[in-house]
Amino acid sequence: MAGISKTSIARKVAMALSGLFLVLFLAQHFTINFTSVVSPSTFNEISHFMGTNFVVQAILQPILIAGVVFHFVMGFILDIRNRKARGVGYAKFNGAANSPWVSRNMILTGIVVLAFLGLHFYDFWIPELVHKYVETHPDDPYRYYDETVAKFAGDPFRTGFYALCFIFLMLHLLHGFASSFQTMGVNNKYSGAIKTFTKAFAIVIPMGFVFIAIFHYFNNL
Amino acid sequence: MKLKLKIWRQEDAQAKGGFQNYDVDGIDGDMSFLEMLDVLNNNLVNEGIEPIEFDHDCREGICGSCSLQINGEPHGPDRRITTCQLHMRKFKDGDEIVIEPFRAKAFPVVKDLVIDRSAFDRIQHAGGYISVNTSGNTQDANSIPIEKQNADDSFYAATCIGCGACVAACKNASAMLFTSAKVSQFALLPQGEVEAHERVISMVNQMDKEGFGNCTNTGACYVECPKGISLENIARLNREYLSASVFS
Repeated sequence: MAGISKTSIARKVAMALSGLFLVLFLAQHFTINFTSVVSPSTFNEISHFMGTNFVVQAILQPILIAGVVFHFVMGFILDIRNRKARGVGYAKFNGAANSPWVSRNMILTGIVVLAFLGLHFYDFWIPELVHKYVETHPDDPYRYYDETVAKFAGDPFRTGFYALCFIFLMLHLLHGFASSFQTMGVNNKYSGAIKTFTKAFAIVIPMGFVFIAIFHYFNNL
Repeated sequence: MKLKLKIWRQEDAQAKGGFQNYDVDGIDGDMSFLEMLDVLNNNLVNEGIEPIEFDHDCREGICGSCSLQINGEPHGPDRRITTCQLHMRKFKDGDEIVIEPFRAKAFPVVKDLVIDRSAFDRIQHAGGYISVNTSGNTQDANSIPIEKQNADDSFYAATCIGCGACVAACKNASAMLFTSAKVSQFALLPQGEVEAHERVISMVNQMDKEGFGNCTNTGACYVECPKGISLENIARLNREYLSASVFS
């Protein structure tokens, strides 16, 4: 086991595992958010549970933050190492001839998603921390739906920016989700089904988030 | 056919290097790309200019010597071929062709278009072999039953000629396809099982030591590989490496 963490394959596997973990989180986040479209009371109920449950707040949330930070930091480290491995660049490099754009631009789509996370934290996570720990408001299980909807109501720019960022998340997932299985060594008779599933996931979930944002924007005109 | 060539010239490994423009005329569509360069070099010699250095040997797609990044792709625009198998009919009269050496920190330029690919040799030396007792009691290989699919996959992996197109095509200059082919050709056979763990760890460590980049599964290596070495080999390398790291 000695030295495994220093090898290229180990770094890639760690990257793949953290990515798969974030994909699971994304599915869970989407499921909760989608309830805001069909049932505001259910959305409030689940949000209240997530915002007050000890296990979620004290254990799962720090793990999630660690996973996000690790994924981004390792992404940048791998990108820097990969650029160094080329040394002198090509005068002409026709990457489009042999590989999809999404596979060659994971760092670009990743940076956009990182910028989006900054806005998302500014919009929701920081106000939540201020609400609970700075202003120490009393527990209110009915505030979540209104707070969420208020971010999109009457704000076409924020809604549009969210939609644009989720398109970049889709592009990131279109390569990253399937790629993580290859990195984990999965390439067998199930690979076709895995690829279909990961592509469907990469499109449906981000587009679902876009739908939710647009729904709340138009629903509150 | 008349062509405009933009070719990388570099005096030696330490020199800075740069592009030089050349015009070449009288190129027939049935010529190979290397024959076109031969014509150009002949012209240069007649003009008293030092000819362009480029690697070549068998000129029939077997040795893997000829490299060349042609218009942004290793071995040019055709598929499943080496540069010596690329025909000039793939180009049109008046075309400009940009010719560069394969670029990777682990493949330093020796001169002009010639690169040093000995990093591949060192990866192979690190574990790309089986230790066979040759005392006279060696078991006949044909008496060891091997599943047909494994034998086929092993032989397919062994068709890698080590040309370096995978490294050249990869945006990260990764050597994972080469290393995975060299690991797979043994990993799939019972003869390779004995040293399987040491082999994969040693070869991956050497690959990293040489300074190749990380695989990000773009698939460019497979598309540009003259032998079509499959990406399944990279997944197998990952499995073999993880297994060896945990169990050895």
